[in-house]
Amino acid sequence: MMEIGLSHYLVLSTILFAIGLVGVMKRKNLLLLFFSTEILLNSVNIAFAAISHYYGDLTGQMFAFFVIAIAASEVAVGLGLLIVWHKRHNNIDLDTMSSMKG
Amino acid sequence: MFEAIAFYLFAFLTISMFYIVVTTQQALYALTALAAGMIFISAFFFILGADFLGAVQIIVYTGAVMALYAFGMMFFDTTRDVKEKQGNKFIIVGLSTLSAVLVVLIVSAPIVSDNIVALYPVVDGIGNTQEVGVVLFTKYLIPFEVAAVMLLVAMVAGIVLAGKKMDLSLTLMNDAEIRELNEEKNKKELS
Amino acid sequence: MELFLYTALFAPFVGSLFAAIFGASPKTIIAGIIPSILLGVSLLSSTVLLVHVLSTGEAVHVEMMTWMHTGNLYIPFGFLVDQVSVTMMMVVTVVSTVVHVYAIGYMSHDKAFNRFFAWLSAFVFSMMILVMSDNFAGLFIGWEGVGVCSWALIGFWYHKESATWAANEAFIMNRIADLGMLIGIFLVYWNTGTLQYHEAFEAMKHLDTGILTTIGIFLFIGAMGKSAQFPLHTWLADAMEGPTPVSALIHAATMVTAGVYLVVRSNELYSLIPNVGLFIASLGAFVAVFAATMALVNRDIKRVIAYSTLSQLGYMFAAAGLGAYWVALFHLMAHAFFKALLFLGGGNVMHAMSDELDPFKMGGLGKTMKATMILMTLASVALAGLFPLAGFFSKDMILEAAFSEHHFIIYTVLLFTAGLTAFYSFRIIALIFHGEDRHTALGFHPHEAYPFMIKAMIPLAILAAIAGFARPYYFDMVIAVLPETEYHIHSAMTYWTMTIGTQLFVIAAIYFAYKKYMSSDIKVPDGTSEMENSFKYKLLINQYYIPYFYEEFLVKPYRALSRVFWKDIDMKIVDGTVDGIANIIYNTGENTRGMQSGNLSTMLKWMVAGLVILLSLAVIFGLTVKYSGV
Repeated sequence: MMEIGLSHYLVLSTILFAIGLVGVMKRKNLLLLFFSTEILLNSVNIAFAAISHYYGDLTGQMFAFFVIAIAASEVAVGLGLLIVWHKRHNNIDLDTMSSMKG
Repeated sequence: MFEAIAFYLFAFLTISMFYIVVTTQQALYALTALAAGMIFISAFFFILGADFLGAVQIIVYTGAVMALYAFGMMFFDTTRDVKEKQGNKFIIVGLSTLSAVLVVLIVSAPIVSDNIVALYPVVDGIGNTQEVGVVLFTKYLIPFEVAAVMLLVAMVAGIVLAGKKMDLSLTLMNDAEIRELNEEKNKKELS
Repeated sequence: MELFLYTALFAPFVGSLFAAIFGASPKTIIAGIIPSILLGVSLLSSTVLLVHVLSTGEAVHVEMMTWMHTGNLYIPFGFLVDQVSVTMMMVVTVVSTVVHVYAIGYMSHDKAFNRFFAWLSAFVFSMMILVMSDNFAGLFIGWEGVGVCSWALIGFWYHKESATWAANEAFIMNRIADLGMLIGIFLVYWNTGTLQYHEAFEAMKHLDTGILTTIGIFLFIGAMGKSAQFPLHTWLADAMEGPTPVSALIHAATMVTAGVYLVVRSNELYSLIPNVGLFIASLGAFVAVFAATMALVNRDIKRVIAYSTLSQLGYMFAAAGLGAYWVALFHLMAHAFFKALLFLGGGNVMHAMSDELDPFKMGGLGKTMKATMILMTLASVALAGLFPLAGFFSKDMILEAAFSEHHFIIYTVLLFTAGLTAFYSFRIIALIFHGEDRHTALGFHPHEAYPFMIKAMIPLAILAAIAGFARPYYFDMVIAVLPETEYHIHSAMTYWTMTIGTQLFVIAAIYFAYKKYMSSDIKVPDGTSEMENSFKYKLLINQYYIPYFYEEFLVKPYRALSRVFWKDIDMKIVDGTVDGIANIIYNTGENTRGMQSGNLSTMLKWMVAGLVILLSLAVIFGLTVKYSGV
């Protein structure tokens, strides 16, 4: 218990990932959905960094960098779209956005 | 020993912060909790010896991304509670738990992990930042440049999507035209 | 000679096609004249062939082309004109030509005149194939062909429900018998390896009696259907729904004799199995008396004549069963002539009485229809078997054959039937032509038939009169292929007693018939007289209730069974299965359509569910890899 090994970090990452999944499935407000997506990305970053540390390989940290870069750009574009939608419909509740109903 | 205490402490904090993000009814609380969670995650990076990554996490995530979210929040009425129609709790919790259990099962089975060979091994003695710099600008140069282009594109997209009156350019108009513009705006506001 | 063979065979076919061209058009006389002329051509060719066979004693055998040659099975379209077939050909062509000419007059007011001649000539063509073929397969082709053509001709007036019913009954009964015949043909092929008559009969001499008996029985079952032996006899009386020329041609002279022809042709087989022959003879005798009893009380002149045909067919089978094949064939020939004449005369009467068939409503027609009366009386005398007309020579020979072979029961039955035959034939003659005039009161205005129709019937009358004298020449010709059996009654005394006795018995029956039915107090029976309500009368007039039996116990259950198969099995199970599969697919699609709700939250949930599935698959796969020995 004292000795923190790779499996501890991986379990932590999994728990955070599960919390992120709960948020993704539960949230009906689009902005809060984005928050949950951020949680998912962060949990994955922890996993990458942990593996990189325990195997002595820098690849994990590189990957984490790129994940952060992509998350940032995703947020930028996502928020832009969110704002356009809000201007048009004045409502960002997911239940009202079902024009793709098939 | 310190490592263990730090790990458990920050683990507890991160999990509770993210839990708040996922379950709260107030959007502002969610935002704040998310920012806090990001900081605590960077603590993990520091524990793991990924110093540069931890610094980047604080600057980019907590600084830039959360600031972006905060600006986005200004559009909405944040005093109201977020009203959400409840989905089926059992499905949600059940599915997530199931996926978590399965992932743990997968990663705990030592099938792949016995055969991992380090591609870019850590060299002792040099600081983490220097190492990251060397690998980033030599082996990962192309992804680096591509990421840069992608960030540029995202930035332009963000501006185009959110901007107003993009066809008028204030810098290219002379003073007389700017005064005309202001008078028209005043007239509209008065009438 | 081959040329004459092909002409005789195909001339009726050309006539049929010619008339068929006009099939849907209104009546045109040329559609009747050309087929009749072509039949005359066929008649002339058959006569040439007859002269050839008579003079040289050789058969004409051609193989037109190969039909099937697969593996060991070789069936050609081959034709054989030997003494037996040339006899049949003459009978068929003479009667057909007369009937065609008669029908031009009889059907002159019918709208479907052209169609009639097309089918009639097609029938003659099928019959020619039947008698001229040299193998069992060709025989079967002709067999089925005459079945189809007789169906079309019986149901000629297809708007009448009774006619279509009778046509279907005839065809279906024939088909049931054809199953037996097919099994017989299969057995012939299986045991002898060939269907050609000559080779098959050669090979049969070496087969074991059990197999031969089976083959003989099955082939006879086929003959039973075509020649309306008990129990497949009900169709013949009902077939009188067709026009009278059809009855004359098909049900007197040609189609019904196909069964007798089959037995005669297969005489080499039946000679080897005398037990089956005895059965055939007994059945024939039974049918003879059975039909004669039903004819005694019937009130429909065509039906009476039909029953008399049935009775005479019984005579022919009795002769064939006893081994007297040439006698059977001779009786076939003589019978064809006088029976066709009887039917055509009956047709004249029907036409005159506007299709009324009850003889009790006629009476005294001899005054207005002299020619018909003379012809019908002549035919009835021939039928009764009085010297010197044809019936005497043939019928008496059959009685002699039965007596000399010591089958006394068959002899007695046939003798008794001869008396009955004379009685019922003259009953009809007396009721129609003699006695008081009952028809004028009922509003009929009869007139004689067209002269050319009477002239067409005269050749038949002549043949009915003189054909008997050809017996010795006939005998000399036909024993080339048929067993030469002469029947000697041991003492001349017995012989003359028998012959004279038979004649006296017949004359007495005729006298009795005239006396009873020429008296002036004959009335139209209306269901109230004591005679009509007696059990015997009811039994006979309802044909021993056999058609009723068939309807109740065969037709109705079969129809119910068919309905079960249709409604429950076909529609519910088969269609249900197919529709069910389609419905499953459709409903699956309908139900999974809900997944595309357009709601992002729902889709995210589905995404996580898919993720869980993939993870579990990964776990399972990993575990199996780990624990399966690798």
